[in-house]
Amino acid sequence: MSVDKPSSYKRIDTDIVFHVHGVTKVYQMGEVQVHALRGIDLDLYRGEFTILLGASGSGKSTLLNILGGLDIPTEGHVLYGRQDLTHATEHELTAYRRYHVGFVFQFYNLIPSLTARENVAVVTEIAKQPMQPETALQLVGLGERLDHFPAQLSGGEQQRVAIARAIAKRPDVLLCDEPTGALDSKTGIVVLEALQRINRELGTTTAVITHNADIAQMADRVIRLADGLITEIQINEAPLTPGELSW
Amino acid sequence: MQAIDIKMWRELWAMRMQALAIAMVIVGGVSIFIMSLSTVDSLYKTRETYYRNHHFAQVFASLKRAPLSLVERIAAIPGVDKIETRVVAYINLDVAGFDDPVSGHLISLPDASPGLLNQVYLRSGRLLESGRDNEVLLNTDFARAHGLLPGDKLRATINGRRKTLTVIGDALSPEYIYQIGPGAMFPDHQRYGVLWMARKPLATAYDMEGAFNNVTLTLTKSGNAQDVIDRLDELLKPFGGIGAYARKDQLSNRFLSEELRQQRTNATVFPVIFFGVAAFLLNVVISRLISLQREQIAALKAFGYSNFAVGLHYLKLVLMLVGIGTFAGIGTGIWMGQGMSNLYMEFYSLPFMIYVLKPQVIITAVLIGITVAIAGTLHAVYAAVRLPPAQAMRPEPPAIYHTTVIERLGLQRFFSQPTRMIFRHIERRPWKSLLTITGISMACGTMMVGNFQKSAIDHMIEMQYGLSQRGDIIAIYTEPASARSLYSLRNLPGVEYAEGFRTVPAKLQFEHRFYRTSVHGIQSGSKLLRLLDTELNTIDIPAGGVILTDYLAELLQIKPGDMLTIEVLEGNRSTVRVPMAGTAKEYLDVNAYMQHDTLNRLLKEGNTISGARLKIDERYQRDVYARLKDMPQIAGIVEHKSAIQAFYDTIAETLLFFTFVATLLGGSIAFGVIYNSMRIALSERNRELASLRVLGFERAEVAYILLGELGLLTLIAIPPGLLIGYGLCAYIAYAFDTDLYRVPLVLGMNIYAFAALVVIVSSIISAGMIWRNLAHLDMVAVLKTKE
Repeated sequence: MSVDKPSSYKRIDTDIVFHVHGVTKVYQMGEVQVHALRGIDLDLYRGEFTILLGASGSGKSTLLNILGGLDIPTEGHVLYGRQDLTHATEHELTAYRRYHVGFVFQFYNLIPSLTARENVAVVTEIAKQPMQPETALQLVGLGERLDHFPAQLSGGEQQRVAIARAIAKRPDVLLCDEPTGALDSKTGIVVLEALQRINRELGTTTAVITHNADIAQMADRVIRLADGLITEIQINEAPLTPGELSW
Repeated sequence: MQAIDIKMWRELWAMRMQALAIAMVIVGGVSIFIMSLSTVDSLYKTRETYYRNHHFAQVFASLKRAPLSLVERIAAIPGVDKIETRVVAYINLDVAGFDDPVSGHLISLPDASPGLLNQVYLRSGRLLESGRDNEVLLNTDFARAHGLLPGDKLRATINGRRKTLTVIGDALSPEYIYQIGPGAMFPDHQRYGVLWMARKPLATAYDMEGAFNNVTLTLTKSGNAQDVIDRLDELLKPFGGIGAYARKDQLSNRFLSEELRQQRTNATVFPVIFFGVAAFLLNVVISRLISLQREQIAALKAFGYSNFAVGLHYLKLVLMLVGIGTFAGIGTGIWMGQGMSNLYMEFYSLPFMIYVLKPQVIITAVLIGITVAIAGTLHAVYAAVRLPPAQAMRPEPPAIYHTTVIERLGLQRFFSQPTRMIFRHIERRPWKSLLTITGISMACGTMMVGNFQKSAIDHMIEMQYGLSQRGDIIAIYTEPASARSLYSLRNLPGVEYAEGFRTVPAKLQFEHRFYRTSVHGIQSGSKLLRLLDTELNTIDIPAGGVILTDYLAELLQIKPGDMLTIEVLEGNRSTVRVPMAGTAKEYLDVNAYMQHDTLNRLLKEGNTISGARLKIDERYQRDVYARLKDMPQIAGIVEHKSAIQAFYDTIAETLLFFTFVATLLGGSIAFGVIYNSMRIALSERNRELASLRVLGFERAEVAYILLGELGLLTLIAIPPGLLIGYGLCAYIAYAFDTDLYRVPLVLGMNIYAFAALVVIVSSIISAGMIWRNLAHLDMVAVLKTKE
């Protein structure tokens, strides 16, 4: 494992998926201004498995939201390929999320009135070249529980449905916000295995937010944030599999 | 103030818009309740006071002519208290500047006295004095309608002689609180009036010196009205008595009694709808509030608040909300009740109005408010009480859904995921969906009531004057005369067609049931009066048989083929038995019809008529009226077209206002139910919808899931809503049915369409407001927070 300064990490420009430059984000919370991001420069590369690590309030979720087209920065810009997300309209951001981004939430956010298969289908029905919902669910090891409603699934199973839902549209990027945050370690590992498998087999650029430093060992690159700034970028030459993580 | 109470006030404030919407519905229910009941009580109290103070008679009788010496024999009838004899005449009047026929009743009054019974309430001018022959007191409404003041003159044909009368004042009488001319359908103060004249000149004009043709009496405390009437009828029979009747059958009193009964109906139907809707709204809003406060409830319980304290907390919140609505409703109700009572004072000629607000009315309103509050929220509050603290601390588990019936039938491939979500959501909460449908249906039904009244009146008039009575005017003779008199009418320039008719007062009896009305003799194949059946086909009266108004047949419980006993109360006073031949559909009054010559034969008279129906050329209308007024044998003229116009003018504003109010109420219920349901659904499914937005769904696609459900429920609600509307209208029609008039249950397509339209527009407006909220779904918060 080697540690480098951000500027020394080089890859070819055409492989850049996200180009983040000088991004700040200021929230008005009542009468207080909260500086969530204070000038971030970052590139994310195709097929890379990145982990954003930081304590709560470090700005990692804000960054992920901006990358996912849920929020726009106060200053600076974010390029997705050649598309400038900073100046996109609501409609363009919706289309961006629809065709390019897969989301996995900490609390799964499944639709309770739809079965596992249908929760995936709800996304594949609006995507351009999706995989079959059944295929996506098999990828996360849930081929047997297709017709179960969320209320009939465990937390880990619900989160794997959420991952299947996120990847079924064959997104270019997969953004996960604390995907194991609500799970115990054993179930967490199953979920992380699913994420790593997707990343390796489909080559989906993946960014995962966590405050659990142990998980960082499975990433290609670990980006540490604190107080709205990137404090450290760490490259793993030999990422571990989730099963090897000591948690 | 305790912290938990501060919490209650803050929450009430935070939900102020929804609270206001609910409070408004409660205000609507309570105020209509208070208004209707206090108006009924006021009207009742006013009427009783007026009757008592002005010695309104308890038995009334008309006759042809009897000597005053008969009074002693009347006084000897057990149960009779005070007696007043009068001379009453039906006359033609001529008011300067008013061309239409005007008729009136001229009633004798003792000199310098308001009378012994049925005392007049003098509003201006003075009482009648002896020695001044041609002075009259006018009924206030008639005086106002023509702007007649003391000193003004009007001309009258009194027993064939033209006289000029001088107005000396105007007055009201308990006998004419509701005034309606003979043969007329509605009060028309321009074309019919009541006048009082001194006894002497009136008696002289009608050859009634030392005699009378009308007597009214009061009873002693132990006096029985029916016994007195029977004895009085025996006494008056030789003097041409046409049958005495009790106060309850007196026309003005009956209309007032009917009005009181209808107000009581209003006091139940509308508040029930409002309170039902209020309970529904409370249910959805409070259930949601409690489910959002699971963690707070858990915390309160963890701190040691008892189940009772937690339950009480939410109950207090609800009662506070309902209390505000109830008290505002009581205030509004009193204000509306006073306004309504004053309107009644004007519409019914009452000299004063005593506003009565019984404490029990207020107490009932408060109790109903509390009941509604508890009924609407008991389930939700109980759920809060029951929640164990540990369970409440955890987020609510995912809602349990199942595949719907439609899908189990294998139809799911026809529906997209969002559509399936709609179906499953409806099916998962069937009660809530049903309640929403019921609320919207109620709104739809309420809306139909307003338009129904207009449509019913239109139909009554169309049926009565467009289809049944086809003449332009009716000329009523002073005395029955030979049918030859028709020639002089037919020869008047401008009269296109004239048809005589015979009308006699009679008592109709079948088994032990009897009814006093008139028997009309109609020429067979009459062109100016047609009897119609329910399908609006003309009925031919069979020779020798009698046709009854359908309502009268029901009252007497008589079927075709049964023998009806007719006791004629005029002329030879014969009693005959005639087969009942069928019924005719009539909405006004109840009558019996026979062929003209059959009636003449039963009366053992020649070809005699009581008056004539005329069809006249509009261009000669004025000339015809003028000529008729000059004919001594014609006592009065009833004209239809302008009377109907006048009636519409009088009620148009009221009707428009009523329709407007009913539409507004229906619309606000529809809006309240739909908007609140959407707001709650948005709040409940906020997270789900925001997740879909994050996943790349457009706002319209997300809106479809939320609004599609409400849209579907709205569409489902409309057909039962129209049924409820039909039921409400049918109930009103049924409740308003009397022998005076029946309200036809006529509901045109336009009424259904309008109600459905208002519901749809209300839901579109609500959807528009929700659409704006959907723009602000917090997608970021969804990623982080659990519900």
